Amino acid sequence: MRTVSVENEVVMADDGTVEPAAARRATIDRDNRETVGDVTARNPRMRCRDVSVFYGDKQAIHDVSMDVGNNEVIALIGPSGCGKSTFLRCLNRMNDTIDGCRVTGNISLDGESIYDTKMDVVELRAQVGMVFQKPNPFPKSIFENVAYGPRIHGLTQDKSELEGIVHTSLEKAGLLGEVKDRLEEPGTGLSGGQQQRLCIARAIAVNPEVILMDEPCSALDPIATARIEELIDELREQYAIAIVTHSMQQAARVSQRTAYFHLGDLIEIGETSQVFTNPRHQLTEDYITGRFG
Amino acid sequence: MGQSGEGHIVKQFDADLMQLHGRVLEMGGLVSDQLSRALKTLDDQDVDAARAVIERDRDVNVLELRTDEDIAKILARRQPVARDLRLVLAVSKAVTDLERIGDEAIKIARMTIEIYGREASILPGNELLDDLELMGHEAQHVLRGALEAFDTMDVDRAMSTLGMQDRVEKTYKAALRRLVTYVMDDSRNVGHMIQIALVAKALERIADHARNVSQYVVYCVQGTDIRHASVHMAQSGR
Repeated sequence: MRTVSVENEVVMADDGTVEPAAARRATIDRDNRETVGDVTARNPRMRCRDVSVFYGDKQAIHDVSMDVGNNEVIALIGPSGCGKSTFLRCLNRMNDTIDGCRVTGNISLDGESIYDTKMDVVELRAQVGMVFQKPNPFPKSIFENVAYGPRIHGLTQDKSELEGIVHTSLEKAGLLGEVKDRLEEPGTGLSGGQQQRLCIARAIAVNPEVILMDEPCSALDPIATARIEELIDELREQYAIAIVTHSMQQAARVSQRTAYFHLGDLIEIGETSQVFTNPRHQLTEDYITGRFG
Repeated sequence: MGQSGEGHIVKQFDADLMQLHGRVLEMGGLVSDQLSRALKTLDDQDVDAARAVIERDRDVNVLELRTDEDIAKILARRQPVARDLRLVLAVSKAVTDLERIGDEAIKIARMTIEIYGREASILPGNELLDDLELMGHEAQHVLRGALEAFDTMDVDRAMSTLGMQDRVEKTYKAALRRLVTYVMDDSRNVGHMIQIALVAKALERIADHARNVSQYVVYCVQGTDIRHASVHMAQSGR
């Protein structure tokens, strides 16, 4: 007779030998391209289901489903060309600007499909803000960089209210202390890290629900990177954040959930702590341990 | 190391991990030899050899320190994740257990000196020492199994040693019961009985540490921590 333990992990036979009941976390084979892990978030802000992206005839993303949850950071990782940035850009319809790009499947923000014909794309991009790899402040003053969005979206009645929004946004972006005495100076005169925080302040100023970040630290030094990472952690309390990063350490540091893309497929998604200690798919493991790139 | 998958893009990382893995085997070989020698000193009543065993523990300690240094370097330089991280953690824990096995082996050598190193000492009868011989064999068996499992990262091999450890535990309890009856027969045995009970305990501890090493193999390969999973004995015939 064989007895299985309560935890169902170990089996002991009559002769006293013990064997595992099952390899609970057997690594999934490289050829299997089904998504492994739970695609849902506890408190979803955006829901993406069966999203595919085509550039002309070429399919860049294959049936990707995942939620972007409120108060959490989801990191999208994977080798170059895996589709993580393409996928990120679907979330606020940045792909609309690319000729021949077609998105299928469903992406919704708070239950409303963002690809609906009635969707106001300008409004969508305010609700789903984006921060890019290279800081791209407008060639205007620091103040105007942040004030521009609230002004065109008609979020303020008068100048003092606008000033209030600019100050709050700069403060939330951790930049106010460094720039408050020189708000009229050009944004382009700031350091790289400061410019990136200015871009984050600009995104925050229009009351977004979701912030997308496409390699926001790749042009920054380690100190500026640490500041942005600290900021991301603070922003998480108010927003849903999706970040594309090439730095696996950064993904491990800043995110609560991690999604691993490979050749346009979402291979594995799960709690960051699980993905980085015990990935279930062989491809994820090969990538994060540096066995191929 | 018995795991599927390619090597790292950074070849030096492979070499670093390989060296770390090798350290466990090197240290395992050394403590395994220490255990054999310690048991032999008892059998041969060889006090000088027992002193040599105690002296050699320094080598075990040096290996432990070196391995810990290597681990710190790998963590700082490579930030291992997933199975690499699990290997580093498994090695870190395994060397601690192996070092303790070394310490337990010394206790056996000390007993040889204690019993046979004094003039005019009353020697224990063979019947008192028989259980130690059996336990010694069993403990060596568990340790060998654990080291082989670690060498090849073989989960099946590791799991089979868990059952072996259970047998050591049973032999230990039986030995204690028998020792008590010897003391009841002749109370002059009490001094030896205490010494022998301590050695039996040392052997039981050795098997326990070896079992831990087997469990790290399972963790390393599968990512499953089975340290506190209950292993029920088969209930057949009861």
